[in-house]
Amino acid sequence: MSEPFSGASASSSRTSSRMVADSEDISRALRRLAHQVVENVKDVSHLVIMGIPTRGVPIAERLAKNIGDIEKISIPVGSLDVTLFRDDLQMRPTKALEQTRLPAEGIDGKTVILVDDVLFSGRTIRAALDAINEYGRPAVVQLAVLVDRGHRELPIRADYVGKNLPTSLSEKVSVQISEIDSVDQVVIQSTIEQL
Amino acid sequence: MSLNSYLIVGARPYGEDEQDIRIINGCIAEIGVGLDPENLEVVQAKGRVCLPSFVDLHAHLREPGREDAETISSGSRAATLGGFSAVFAMANTAPVADTAGVVEQVWRIGRQTGLVDVFPVGAVSIGLHGQALAELGAMAASAAGVTVFSDDGYCVFDPLLMRRALEYVKTFDGVIAQHAQDPRLTQGAQMNEGELSGILGLTGWPAVAEEAIIARDVLLALHVDSRLHICHVSTAGSVAIIRWAKEMGVRVTAEVTPHHLLLTEDLVSGFDPVYKVNPPLRSRADTIALREALLDGTIDIVATDHAPHPHEAKDCEWDNAAFGMLGLETALGVVVSAMRDVPNWNWRTLSDRMSSAPARIGRATNHGRPLAVGESAHIVLIDPDQGSLVVAEQLASLSGNTPYAGMTLPVSVTDVFFNGVHQVKGGVLNA
Amino acid sequence: MKHLISVQELSREDTVGILDTAIELNRVTDGGTKILPTLRGRTVVNLFYEDSTRTRISFERAAKRLSADVVTFSANGSSVSKGESLKDTALTLNAMGADMIVLRHPSPGAAHRLAHAGWLESSVLNAGDGKHEHPTQALGDAFTLRAHLRPGANDFAGLTIGIVGDVLHSRVARSNIFLLGILGAKVIVIGPPTLLPVGIENWPCEVSYSLDAHLPELDAIMMLRVQQERMNGTFFPSELEYSRTFGLNRKRAKELPEHAIVMHPGPMNRGVEITAEVADSGRSVITEQVVNGLIVRMASMYLLIGGDASVA
Ligand SMILES: [Zn+2]
Ligand SMILES: [Zn+2]
Repeated sequence: MSEPFSGASASSSRTSSRMVADSEDISRALRRLAHQVVENVKDVSHLVIMGIPTRGVPIAERLAKNIGDIEKISIPVGSLDVTLFRDDLQMRPTKALEQTRLPAEGIDGKTVILVDDVLFSGRTIRAALDAINEYGRPAVVQLAVLVDRGHRELPIRADYVGKNLPTSLSEKVSVQISEIDSVDQVVIQSTIEQL
Repeated sequence: MSLNSYLIVGARPYGEDEQDIRIINGCIAEIGVGLDPENLEVVQAKGRVCLPSFVDLHAHLREPGREDAETISSGSRAATLGGFSAVFAMANTAPVADTAGVVEQVWRIGRQTGLVDVFPVGAVSIGLHGQALAELGAMAASAAGVTVFSDDGYCVFDPLLMRRALEYVKTFDGVIAQHAQDPRLTQGAQMNEGELSGILGLTGWPAVAEEAIIARDVLLALHVDSRLHICHVSTAGSVAIIRWAKEMGVRVTAEVTPHHLLLTEDLVSGFDPVYKVNPPLRSRADTIALREALLDGTIDIVATDHAPHPHEAKDCEWDNAAFGMLGLETALGVVVSAMRDVPNWNWRTLSDRMSSAPARIGRATNHGRPLAVGESAHIVLIDPDQGSLVVAEQLASLSGNTPYAGMTLPVSVTDVFFNGVHQVKGGVLNA
Repeated sequence: MKHLISVQELSREDTVGILDTAIELNRVTDGGTKILPTLRGRTVVNLFYEDSTRTRISFERAAKRLSADVVTFSANGSSVSKGESLKDTALTLNAMGADMIVLRHPSPGAAHRLAHAGWLESSVLNAGDGKHEHPTQALGDAFTLRAHLRPGANDFAGLTIGIVGDVLHSRVARSNIFLLGILGAKVIVIGPPTLLPVGIENWPCEVSYSLDAHLPELDAIMMLRVQQERMNGTFFPSELEYSRTFGLNRKRAKELPEHAIVMHPGPMNRGVEITAEVADSGRSVITEQVVNGLIVRMASMYLLIGGDASVA
């Protein structure tokens, strides 16, 4: 999950941003991911796409639409807030809960594709797997992310990656999605300490 | 060079023009401008306000029985640091001061300490139980010479007992000091009854519980023509009743505490028991009525109701905390704080309310006398421009339950002479 | 938010935030039946100086549903030793590393003292302090009202809610009156003057001595419990006279609008403030209130100790 950009920085440091993907790059990536899913999953009639809030949800909706367009069916989409399942809650400020909405069909026996904007430490996905486990028994669970920035802390990998983006730990990757941020782009922010 | 002899230079008696005051052998020998020090020790007092030392008609010194909270000795130190030369020690000790033996003991320890004159108050009823009269005559005739009787802490609720007490003390010119609190109307009461008590869920202490007893007692005092004193008046309604009674010729006097002049009930909303006191802190309108009454003399005196409690009695939840707050060391500063914006309030009036009037009510003939040649040198010097920060841990009292901790009071007591002994210098007590 | 002591410290935004959190928790736990790992490794101490099995069990279940370690100290058992002060108990619990103390205490302000007297660092959740407040009860009631009368809304504008009975001694009534005020509802407090606090006319509510006069305008009616010890003739003449004047019976329930709901914080005195018939009728939401109390307690616990409050 991407960290929100945290406003003005102290005078001793300076923040610089650089855009690494624009709206067209993102659309292209999501179309490619849709084709990969169709190729990989074969029977999309049991497919459920679950977005992880906040930005995983609109990405999941777009991905589902792309798959639906290819297969000419409607793919069920849900949202899965993993906050209550995180093992690192005590290291962050208390966060308001986001919506968890399972599709009407449920997830038992389905092929569930989890969708998030950025894959980083892997802890969000670990929590998501716990959450999924609480809500049902899918046949298969896969993972799609728009950006994989590396630095995994757990043995977790994505089945579908929009863009691999090698980063340093001091950088922040910010995925912006027009439904939420009124623009589609991926930005890397780096903070330069000034002496 | 004679004992307890000084020349105070440049002090302002009653806050008026600068004078020098010569003290010889503990008495005021001369007052004038440009006095020759001769061989006397000079006390520089330029700009200091000079008053007769204060008299507290109502303090709890806790000895005997609760020497962990205060002793006569520690209370005397607190009193002299506050500028007092005489303190009336309330009777609700353990054992209760309801016999000649107990009052003489208190009086004697006060004498031994020797920093202020300690006048024991005698209980009205045996054990403060409100049922049978204590040995009022024996206490009056004892070495302590008790003149003030009170069941303070409890109200003399039985009207017949109150009548008898008022009548009985006439034989030796005594006075009954009533703690006016109807016990039925204040069952479980925790704070002033009003909007805030309702919101906080604390059982209310209605003003009428005080006023109804005062109304009854002024009528009784009128009926038997006796001296009645009302302790710690706290409501505007009480002021109105006392004002009416005085107009009717009732021989009633009344006191107000420094805290009821300054503090209001909204302090309770943090549930800190340091603000828990009997009677409770009241509304803003009440404090204003009390200030006016103190100015116009409806309320005769300020009395501290100094009520020390050990730390654990206040470091707890509100319901379980003890009632009462410290008062002796902060009294002057708090009174000045409360009264300084009241028009026509001046040092002479303050001196009457804190010194001469309480001495008169308590028949403490050697206290509360004017600054005049021939009088005992009970003198306090006040720096009217030097504020004093209240630090609970630095008070002389054994207890720390002051609601003023952290406040800077507007004036400070710098020097105190007790019978001419210069025992407080620069705000510090000579060991 | 570190402590939850009084609803009067909450803004409308805070309140809606708690209710929204409760909605999500309700959904993901199927009405509080599933267990979440959220507070694993955290210790919640239930410190109960008053016997209240219902409330204690609700808080215990709330903490357990969130996987917290739950320790209960009850004054009725032997675990709160006789004579030990609240402060000394607090120092012990602090040394144990309790993350949250859920306090039920007979003294108004006890939770405030526990949180602010410098005795401990834990979060404090007020589970009822004398006649003062019982914030999670009011939040649970707001949750129930919102679900029935204003689903998804961020305020209760336009709702009229009657609170009937012993407001003087009721922490539930206090918390409800102020919380409903924060949410913008119109509150009408109804009861005999002996059971209404002095100064209530300045609270955010209307005051009336007549139940019958207001029934047709109420969207919800909350009946307060009449304590047994008030029935001894000093607050009102008799149980019978009370129920005749202020009790909710079938005849009165008929005067309520069609959509109005009937609430009671429990435990009920059936036949005194409410008849069994009304309590068990279709418009009664009394059993829902119990479940919703559990849900808002989970939400409050999550919001108080779910994250690191010092980072916020
Ligand atoms: Zn008293
Ligand atoms: Zn007293």
